[in-house]
Amino acid sequence: MDLSFSLAEVAFRAEVRAFMADSLCPKTAAKVRERRTLTKHDMEAYHTALNGRGWLAPSWPAAYGGVGWTAVQKHIFDEEAARAAAPRLVPFGIAMLAPVLFRFGTQDQRDHYLPRILDGTDWWCQGYSEPGAGSDLAGLNTRAVRDGDAYIVNGQKTWTTLGQHADWIFCLVRTKPDGKPQEGISFLLVDMQTPGVEVRPIRLIEGGYEVNEVFLTDVRVPASNLVGEENMGWTIAKYLLNHERNNIAGVGFSIAAFESLLAYARTPRRSGRRLIDDTLFAARLARIEIDLEAMKITNLRLVVAGETSGAPGVESSILKIKGVEIRQALNDLSRRALGPAAAPFPSEDLDGNAALVPREQAANAGEYFNNRKMSIYGGSNEIQKNILAKAMLGL
Amino acid sequence: MNFEQTDDHRMLTDSLLRLLTDACDAKTRNVTAYAAPFHSPDLWSKLADLGVFYALADPAQGGFGGAGFDITTIFQALGKALCPEPVLPTLMAARLLTHAGADLGPLLSGAVHYAVAVGELDSWSLDEIETTARNGTLTGRKSVVYGGAVAEKILVIARDGAELSLFEIASADAEVIPYAMIDGGGAAEVFLDATPARLLLENAGAAVQDALDAAALALSAESLGAMDVTRDTLVDYLKQRRQFGRPIGSNQALQHRAVELVTEIEQVRSIVILAASRMGTDSQTRTVSMCKHLAGRVARRVAEEAIQMHGGIAMTWEAPVSHYVKRLVMIDSQFGDTDYHIKRVMEGLQAT
Ligand SMILES: Cc1cc2nc3c(=O)[nH]c(=O)nc-3n(C[C@H](O)[C@H](O)[C@H](O)COP(=O)(O)OP(=O)(O)OC[C@H]3O[C@@H](n4cnc5c(N)ncnc54)[C@H](O)[C@@H]3O)c2cc1C
Repeated sequence: MDLSFSLAEVAFRAEVRAFMADSLCPKTAAKVRERRTLTKHDMEAYHTALNGRGWLAPSWPAAYGGVGWTAVQKHIFDEEAARAAAPRLVPFGIAMLAPVLFRFGTQDQRDHYLPRILDGTDWWCQGYSEPGAGSDLAGLNTRAVRDGDAYIVNGQKTWTTLGQHADWIFCLVRTKPDGKPQEGISFLLVDMQTPGVEVRPIRLIEGGYEVNEVFLTDVRVPASNLVGEENMGWTIAKYLLNHERNNIAGVGFSIAAFESLLAYARTPRRSGRRLIDDTLFAARLARIEIDLEAMKITNLRLVVAGETSGAPGVESSILKIKGVEIRQALNDLSRRALGPAAAPFPSEDLDGNAALVPREQAANAGEYFNNRKMSIYGGSNEIQKNILAKAMLGL
Repeated sequence: MNFEQTDDHRMLTDSLLRLLTDACDAKTRNVTAYAAPFHSPDLWSKLADLGVFYALADPAQGGFGGAGFDITTIFQALGKALCPEPVLPTLMAARLLTHAGADLGPLLSGAVHYAVAVGELDSWSLDEIETTARNGTLTGRKSVVYGGAVAEKILVIARDGAELSLFEIASADAEVIPYAMIDGGGAAEVFLDATPARLLLENAGAAVQDALDAAALALSAESLGAMDVTRDTLVDYLKQRRQFGRPIGSNQALQHRAVELVTEIEQVRSIVILAASRMGTDSQTRTVSMCKHLAGRVARRVAEEAIQMHGGIAMTWEAPVSHYVKRLVMIDSQFGDTDYHIKRVMEGLQAT
């Protein structure tokens, strides 16, 4: 056992830190710290900066721009990015579609789409879920019917994250209505500019706008936009779920949230007392610290094991469940820490003299509510546990 | 022993719920709750006509209630409808004015809206109040004053020499910055700068504690009402939503958790009854703290589990349950959270 970082890893951390200091726009970082909505441009600027440094798609094959980072390097990068308050990288193109194209796409598809993901030409979103197909994804109903050299697509996707910014959506569609549901699904790339694609916003619990409904009415999609073979979509969907589990525990985000909360709790209040001197509060924070210290190691252990064996196993479900639990616990405590001042709806009326808490804390309650999503999307906690019980414990 | 509601309370519940179902449905509520002044004059006058405010005050003061069970009856119904009207500050003001021997007439009829300003920026403790009285004026800042957006009169707790006293100001004489709460309803920052004030009560510590106790009881009852609705909504959804060819509620993993919520909610119902029965006794304050603590702890669990077991749909503004969730969680931040109240319960154990 050796838990120390190598000299090369320490140097790598310094390199990432320097990059963030030089290239991350301070205004964007401030917005991230204050949990304010990022514009499309804010996110694109960070994307471009990373691409310029060659760090946008570290896990891609070298020929396409990957850098072959080790699991430890990825971990260091995530930690430093979160500490610097970099925007979350939108995963749909880089981390979801790309691995699918590497494994199942044609050479033409790779050559066409991958460079456009890197240079930011195409913003992708994920069209899996439907109103009737959430946990039971194979129950999806969006129909694609072959018509000459095209598919005609009809149906509705929902929960489409950042679909309002997207140029393209990768969809699971039903190409065979009868037989086992899993055997009639295909993976189709749809240009959102095509006539018949309509995006409608969904407002979330805390008032923010990040997800959408996407209605597809007689949308004509070239057959060349099919990835893999017809009716093979379920294999692709499963591959994607098991493959891309990078940063699934969100340890970097937890570290950043922990440090921010600790700093706030150590700041003397008006009375001179500090929140951290409140024993009950300190116990709550200490408990999270313990979980987080363990999680840093659990994360590295499982990620390194996945790297050695070549595939992240079902253990990544453990990382998701526990990692999210810690993040949600931090959100909960960050909200509590503010007492009654957590409750005002963030608004410009409450800036300046009227402010109740530092700007970085003002959205704590909203963030707490918003982040309840983490245990629902990407396979809910319950579904992760079903997977673990079956695949890991053999129950 | 008799755990039946009295006929009067049953009638009050029924008519209040009928009124709220009608005038405070989810759509109307969400419009009122998030736009200034976070209050519907129409609903307010209907509440007044129904006698809701009279039911919050002692008969000796011209009311026809004011006991623990009057409070819990009303607030449970308000909680069921997520009613954003500033009834809580009205209750607190009724207690304070009663202790001060002041006239409650305009409050009981609903003609005047009152807010009560206790907490200050960065400090919510009575011991740390810095707003100061001098020559009939007040100077300081009061923070998160519920109902402050609509109140014509604000009762202010301020330092008056070595003691705390209770004053009344006209909100027109102060700088009031109103805002919406994340769970709906309005509050305000109140800036006082040599603001003319009328002294209502010297040595007001005990009176303020009584008003805070009444508020904590009311909030617990409100929370219970909201929990009851949330549970019903959840159980309906577990039966109705199908995934994998069957209702999601057929999964034992969810069934057990739903049952745990029901168990916990019954515990809250019991402690609310206990605390209501102890109002006006020596153990009022400590029992109310037990009640607010347990209600806060369970409310958060109910809220988080309700979202989780609904899945994505409960994450939307559109789904009424999301608003119940927000209220359930944020009630904990009003007038002492679970940690604050458990400390007070602990003090009782530690005292010799
Ligand atoms: C903010 C947000 C962003 C999202 N972004 C995207 C996106 O970009 N693209 C996309 O395609 N999707 C997205 N999703 C959808 C997400 O993947 C689904 O919400 C998720 O799959 C759960 O489906 P559901 O919401 O329909 O809940 P349901 O499947 O209806 O589940 C309801 C409850 O039942 C439980 N349950 C279901 N089946 C079982 C079982 N067999 N055993 C035990 N419990 C069970 C669930 O765990 C949950 O608690 C997003 C969701 C949210 C909330």
